[in-house]
Amino acid sequence: MAETYWHSVTLDKDACKGCTNCLKHCPTQAIRIQNRKAKILKERCIDCGECIRVCPYHAKKAVTDSFDILKNYKYNVALAAPAFCAQFSKTENINLMLTALKKLGFDDVFEVARGAQKASEETRKLMSSGELLSPTISSACPAVVRLIAIRFPNLIGNIIPLRAPMELAAIQARKEAVEKSGLSPDEIGIIFISPCAAKVTEIRSPSNVKNSEVDAVLSMKDIYLKLAQTINKIDENEIENLSFSGKEGILWAVPGGEAVASHVERQIAVDGIQNVIQVFEDIEDGKLNDIEYVEALACIGGCVGGPLTAENSFVACSRLKRICKPLADEKLGLNDDIVAQWDKPLIYRPIMNLDKDINIAMEKMIKLEEIYDRLPKLDCGSCGSPTCRSLAEDIVRGYAKETDCIFKLRERLSSFVNEMVQIDKPKTEDYSSDKNNNDNGSK
Amino acid sequence: MAALTMHYTVDGNDFTLAGDCSSKVKKSLTQLGFDPATIRKVAIAMYEGEINMVIHANGGFIDVSIEPDKIVAVLNDHGPGIADINKAMQEGFSTASNKVRELGFGAGMGLPNMKKYSDEMNISTKIGEGTIVTLTFYTNKTNN
Repeated sequence: MAETYWHSVTLDKDACKGCTNCLKHCPTQAIRIQNRKAKILKERCIDCGECIRVCPYHAKKAVTDSFDILKNYKYNVALAAPAFCAQFSKTENINLMLTALKKLGFDDVFEVARGAQKASEETRKLMSSGELLSPTISSACPAVVRLIAIRFPNLIGNIIPLRAPMELAAIQARKEAVEKSGLSPDEIGIIFISPCAAKVTEIRSPSNVKNSEVDAVLSMKDIYLKLAQTINKIDENEIENLSFSGKEGILWAVPGGEAVASHVERQIAVDGIQNVIQVFEDIEDGKLNDIEYVEALACIGGCVGGPLTAENSFVACSRLKRICKPLADEKLGLNDDIVAQWDKPLIYRPIMNLDKDINIAMEKMIKLEEIYDRLPKLDCGSCGSPTCRSLAEDIVRGYAKETDCIFKLRERLSSFVNEMVQIDKPKTEDYSSDKNNNDNGSK
Repeated sequence: MAALTMHYTVDGNDFTLAGDCSSKVKKSLTQLGFDPATIRKVAIAMYEGEINMVIHANGGFIDVSIEPDKIVAVLNDHGPGIADINKAMQEGFSTASNKVRELGFGAGMGLPNMKKYSDEMNISTKIGEGTIVTLTFYTNKTNN
């Protein structure tokens, strides 16, 4: 496959201490520790951002754009994810927050929640068409979609083939910006304000659209301070009317919002990547036969729990629900002519394979089992692989050796020491009875 | 070349553990590069088998042998045995207790599903002694 894997999640080598925190939390076992530094295995990483969250040394970062990117365009539109509105303790006035965002240097702002409303409408249409496999899995979280592409090939057909709300909103945002400014589409910058790393990746190397409609991404965390200060300085009469979305779209940012908006009765909302994996395993085993729709979000707390958000996710969730209370379920969505479906199929990437040739893979598996039997099964991670089993796997793949295991190394060392003690021992009385004495002497 | 063999114990006392073995086999088959459709069939059929062993037979053993073109799973229990295999094969027929049904099992789809998702199914059973179900999956045939 010629595809290159661009990733948002990167490592700051200087900050990395080579501890095992990220190693143990990675849901796709995409991290190894080599020479006391973490290493991300590109083809396995799904940019979920779990490692960003757990790293005590802040060595894991998400690559986003800087504010200077706005200079590349004549007219900039900030695309605000619904989680954005839940970040500020000082206000629950959406228009105030969007006005502050605009004042940072944008020509306009556009709510991704409107794209979410469109996605809900399309979901309802597709769900009632009877053409989808059951249970149908949401396509909203890009980390989840990537997880399926590498670990759950059997579920690719269950994903609802809809573009993410961010993509849908971006299409309309550009159209409106062209109308308002009279500029050409490529002079417009559509800048997404992101709660997570996975969406950044989705823009740079999309998995189910040919080209993303989003031009650049700013991290919510990065602009938070600037925004908090701006909010304080805005007078009542300066607040613009910029919010047009309804409750349904905004609540996509918290667990259950999207599932409820699907209007499917037999739905579940799963948040947290480990929970998502468990549910997907169950679907594969045919255990979830009475469920028709699965909302699956990689972050605990959904998008408000994203690794690039600033506010505590539980507080943000409560706040978002309060903000939504007075709103109508549906308000302004998107134009009907916007194509909501994918224009590129999601491809299975069998990166867990031991070998392309099944016969060689079998040999490797037999070896893997033998090695695994000898390992201590403590899953301590000291070797640099997340579990004893993954060390065995790394050994048969040729990336590691058995003595990377500190317990194996200790065994090895103590047998060396024993041998050395033997060497040092006084010779036995009877030379002729020991035919190996010459060898011993020369060692 | 030698077949890859795996041996698992199915704990009859804890139905929440049922599925553990099929999950491990699923992982191995993925690593070996079997096609997703085959893996799905093996996973579903084996999971049904594991559930059966737990709810009817107090657990047992599963031996799996993997070859490039064939996967065989032998499910061996020392349960009550199946009195009428034809009846047991009917969809909706179940001897499961009410307690088990309350847990959402015992819908009478276990054996029919195992047959549906495997390419060959062989049952040898003796009342009072136990049951051996042999499931065979051919990888070339099942590509769809």
